Parts: sequence; structure tokens; C-alpha cells
Amino acid sequence: MAAVTAPAAVPAPAGKHYRRFGPVERVMHALLMITFLGCTITGLPPLFSDHAWAAGLAKAMGGFKAIALIHRICAAVMIVVFVAHVLRVFHAAVTRVGLLGTLWGPYSMVPQPVDIVDAWRHILWFVGRGPRPPFDRYTYWEKFDYWAVFWGMFIIGGSGLLLWFPAAFSSFLPGWMFNIATVVHGEEALLAVGFIFTIHFFNGHLRPEKFPMDLVIFTGRITEHELKEERPKEYARLVAQGRLAQLETTPPEPGAKRFGWYVGGTAVVVGVLTIVVIVWSVIL
Amino acid sequence: MKAIVAPLFLLVASWGLPSWAGPADDCIECHAKATEKTAAGKAAKVVPEDLAGSVHKRVKGGCVACHEDVAPGKDKHGAVKPAQCASCHEDEVKQYAGTLHGKAKAGGKGLAASCADCHGSHDIRKSDDPKSKTNHANIDATCSACHGSDAMVKKANLPGGNIGKQYADSIHAKAIHEKKLDKAPTCSDCHGAHDMRAKADPESPVNRAKVTETCGTCHGKAKKAYLKSTHGKLKSHNVQNAPGCTDCHGAHGVKEHDLPRWQVDVIKECGTCHLDYIKSYRDTYHGQVTELGFARMATCSSCHGSHEILPKDNPDSKVSDRNRLATCQACHPKANANFVKFEPHANKHSLESGPALYYTTKFMQFLLAGVFTFFGLHTILWLYRSLKVVAARRAAGESEEKR
Repeated sequence: MAAVTAPAAVPAPAGKHYRRFGPVERVMHALLMITFLGCTITGLPPLFSDHAWAAGLAKAMGGFKAIALIHRICAAVMIVVFVAHVLRVFHAAVTRVGLLGTLWGPYSMVPQPVDIVDAWRHILWFVGRGPRPPFDRYTYWEKFDYWAVFWGMFIIGGSGLLLWFPAAFSSFLPGWMFNIATVVHGEEALLAVGFIFTIHFFNGHLRPEKFPMDLVIFTGRITEHELKEERPKEYARLVAQGRLAQLETTPPEPGAKRFGWYVGGTAVVVGVLTIVVIVWSVIL
Repeated sequence: MKAIVAPLFLLVASWGLPSWAGPADDCIECHAKATEKTAAGKAAKVVPEDLAGSVHKRVKGGCVACHEDVAPGKDKHGAVKPAQCASCHEDEVKQYAGTLHGKAKAGGKGLAASCADCHGSHDIRKSDDPKSKTNHANIDATCSACHGSDAMVKKANLPGGNIGKQYADSIHAKAIHEKKLDKAPTCSDCHGAHDMRAKADPESPVNRAKVTETCGTCHGKAKKAYLKSTHGKLKSHNVQNAPGCTDCHGAHGVKEHDLPRWQVDVIKECGTCHLDYIKSYRDTYHGQVTELGFARMATCSSCHGSHEILPKDNPDSKVSDRNRLATCQACHPKANANFVKFEPHANKHSLESGPALYYTTKFMQFLLAGVFTFFGLHTILWLYRSLKVVAARRAAGESEEKR
């Protein structure tokens, strides 16, 4: 860790901490993570029903009725979290941020021209054709993650509800929609599982700078050094606007760190194992 | 070794016999002793209690009625030939000669069953005697001496493997042994006894063309429904590949139809012919759950019926336009006309199952391929750059520490 603490310019050894995510966001991410894992391990057996491990896993979890129940409980909680998030965004739009701030600018999740520029320059940096672009509060890959989940919620959630309540939906939808829902639910689930357990894990946790885990989503706190180095645009703006001091906070709570290490770490391990099993099953 | 099969007790050594061959009591004087040996050194002991329960106990002439070449009144006798059952049971022995067992025996396969293997020797009892080897409740054990013994199956290369074991787990065996139903079929009810024939023999009750008739002896209702079905009609038109009773139920190991394990396994039997249909079925939630081993979801027979399967253009079919809603409603009571437009055997890779499904599938495939290709490359390049950066920092940090 010599690299991080070496320069004398960095202040006190403990370093200053700034608030990046609020308690509601941290809890929502934790709920999303747990329910996503729950849906994954109960949804993969039917999707890979022709593999021996699938039947074994389904039996180990208490049989078909048990996995169907766990899957639906997790799905319901996930939908509640999603709806709560959308309501929060609306609430923020009408109270603090305003419609424009919600749809544009550094505090918006909406993709903007700067994201395309950033992505292009980031790739140039990968191949050694330029410096690392200075990122802002939300990077282009974070926005992609966000909208992937948003889209996935509609696609997987919608098709899942259709398959959960076929009789109710058939009052106004033709039965072949269930065929489409089955395909879409499975394929989109593979996309989500594959994306979260490889790309998101790498971007967020497993890449060498962060390895093995970035606890920011669990503790809500980012160090001054990280903020300066990884989000220089945001840091500069906060300094210029004199808002940096307002965001200064205490070091991470030990409980949040423990949760991040153990529960988040378990999620990473389970996720990577899941990918190994899926890849192995698809190839064989 | 032939000697194992030839009834050993019939070969009696000549030495040291103080008595004479004659009625039972006289022979038994010597042959009750465990020390009695044949010339080949095999035991020639006769258990008096066996004889006491034998149907031949009072047969005229005693021992020599069967052991014909031992003259009565001789206290010493040489090697004797096997007992001659045909002297009295001429018809049965003739019939036996035409069976697989008889032919194998005549063809030099000494292991093949002969009279004594099924009926016993000195202990032969009438079939209605519960202790008889040929009593209805004991026949499976008798046949299993060979057909239920792994060693024997291997040694004699018996067809079908360990059939005794398969039968022991069957609903028929349980009916006989646990529920004491003497009407339930044992080996000889399907295969016959002295008239047993090879399966390939068109006259055999277990020949593919005869199985319906054989099972139908007891299962009249199922037979009637089957004969009206597509499968039954094919069979009646002598299409012997068409599935009969044993193709779905098995022959020896017939299981209870409500056994979950059997219900999910029989799907694979349908799938041995209906290849496309089982594939598309496995694409549905019904097919996935049953493949995981849980029988709660619709199997083939839930929608198509079992013995009475008819094509969907037949109005009486369970999946005909007329009956489909009622069929779905068996599990989905709230199903309506929209609901039954679900295609339980859709092929998502073919336009035939509708353009919406086909193009949705294609779109999803492109989406997955696109996302994983872009971010896969993105990740690999990032990893490459990050490793370089971290290595450079470490080098810089180390040199700083040294300073």
C-alpha cells in the first residue's frame, strides 16, 4: 500500500473522508445485491435444467416449491426497491435537484456527450494513446450499469410478472406472450448475471486498483485521495463551490465495513463461481 | 461344469451301501447321511423332510419310479442317470423342449433351467401349496435364482440383465408380496411356463405384437383406450415400432403411475420418438421443472393423455381446439381463450412459431453478443492498462521508500 500513502502532500495518515452515498442508497444497494443473488441461484436451475448440477442445486435448496418461493420473494423485494428508487428520483426532482438537474449535468444519470468523449478517451488510455480522462461524479460505465439495471428491471421484472400471474395477464394479452416472456426472462437474466458477475465486479471491485473490493457502496465514504484521483472534476467543482467541507464525514463505521467485506465479499465469490458454472455448462 | 446342473443327488456312489435300492424308506437309510457322495465326490444326500412334503411321496415304486436305472433290491449301485420326468409328464417335457430353456439345454448350455430348477427335486410340491417353488407367490423367487442373480446373469449371458431385481421393485411384485393379491402377474403370467417362448417368436405373449393383449388380460380398460389411440391404431396396422404398454411402463419394473419419479422419467420415453417436441417442451417452464425432477408441472400426458392419445386435429383429442381450454384449466382454473394461445411446443429458432418470438429471440441474442463483446474487450484492455499502472506505481513507491 506504499503507493497510496507515499506522497507527502497527502494530509494526516487517517485522511479525510467524504460522503459519496447516503444511507438509503447503501441499504438499497445491499437489498438489490441480496435479492439479485437470491433470484440468480434460484433461477439458474430451471434455465440449466439439463445439467446435473441444476437438479442437485434445486434439491439442496428445498425443491421446486422452495426455489419458486424464494425467487418470487426476492423478485418482489427487488421491485419494491426499484419503485422506491424511482419515487426518490421524482421526489428529488421536484424538491432539490429540479427537472433539469435530474436530466442533465454531473448529478444526472442520463448519458451525455461528455460520456461518449470520456469512453473514447478511456479506451485510448487503455491502449497507451493518451492520459486517463478526468471523470466526474458518475462515469460512463457507472451510468451503463445503472441503465442496464433499469432496463433489466422492466424486461426481467415485466416478463417475470407475466409468468407469475398468467391467468390475470391473459385477460388482455394473447397466450403467445408467455412464450416471448419465457425467452426474454431467461436471456435477459443471463445478460444481467453475466454482466454483474464479470463486468460490474471488475469495474467496481476486482480491477487491480480496487482489488479485492471497493467498499464505497457499503460505507458510503470515499477518501480525499480517491476523490481527487478518480473524480478530479467533481473534486474541483466541490472545492470551487466551497461545498467540500459540507461533505466531510467520519471514517467508515466498522459495521458497514464488516458488512461490505463479508456479505459483499460473499456476493463476489458466489458471483464468480456462478460464472464459472455457467461458462462450463454453456461450453460442455 | 455340467455336473452342477445335472441333479447331483441322482448320481450315487456304489461303495459302502448296506441297503438296497427300493421304496423310499430303504434308500433313505443310506441317503439321509451327509456322508453320501457320488463318484464325482458330490453330495448325494436326501433330506427325509423334503420327501415327506413331496407330491411324489406316494408315487408307485418309490425312488426307482424316477431313478429308473437303479434296480430295486440292490444294495450297491453304480452311477445313475438323471431322474426321468418324461416317464410320467410326457407332454410337459415335450413342451419344455420347445422353450428357450429347453433349446438351450439341448444345445449344450448346461446352465439352462430344467424341470428340477423350477420345481425342485425331492421336495416337489403342488403349485397350490404355499411352500411350492411354483406357487404363484414364489415363482419370482424361483426364476430370480438365475434371472435375479448378477453372477448368473453374467455367467450365462442372460438377456435383460438382472430382471429379478427390476421386478422386485415393480407394482406387480408389491401387489403380490405386500398386498397379497394373488391375481397380480408374476413371471409365468406373461411369459408362460412350459410353453415359454422367445420374445422374437410371434407366438410369444411378450412379443411386441402380443403385449397389448397380454397386459390387457387384466388391464382391459387401458387396453380399450389404447386401441382407439394413435399409437394403438398404428399397432393394429402392424407398425410394430409404435409404442405399446412396455415402451412407456417398462416390462419388469412397472411402477405406480402416480410415482413422481416415474412421471418425470416417462417424458424421456416420449422423447425417444418425439424428438422435436421434447426439445421445445424443455424450453418451457413446464419442461424445465420436470427435468429438474419435480413432477408438479405438466408432463406430456397432462395435456395429451396417456392411453388415449389422439392427434390434435381429432376433435376428441385433449389438445383439439374444442378441448384445449378444458385441458389447460385442469391446472390453470382461470385460463381463458387468450391463455390457450400459448404455444407449449414453440420453436424460438424458427419463424414457424411466429415472427414475434423469432425476432425477439434474435434481438436478445444480438443484445447479449453486443454487450459482452464490447465490455469484454473494454475489461481486457482496462485490466492490461491497470496492471501496468499498478506495477509502475509499485516501482515508484519502492524507489521512494529506498530513498
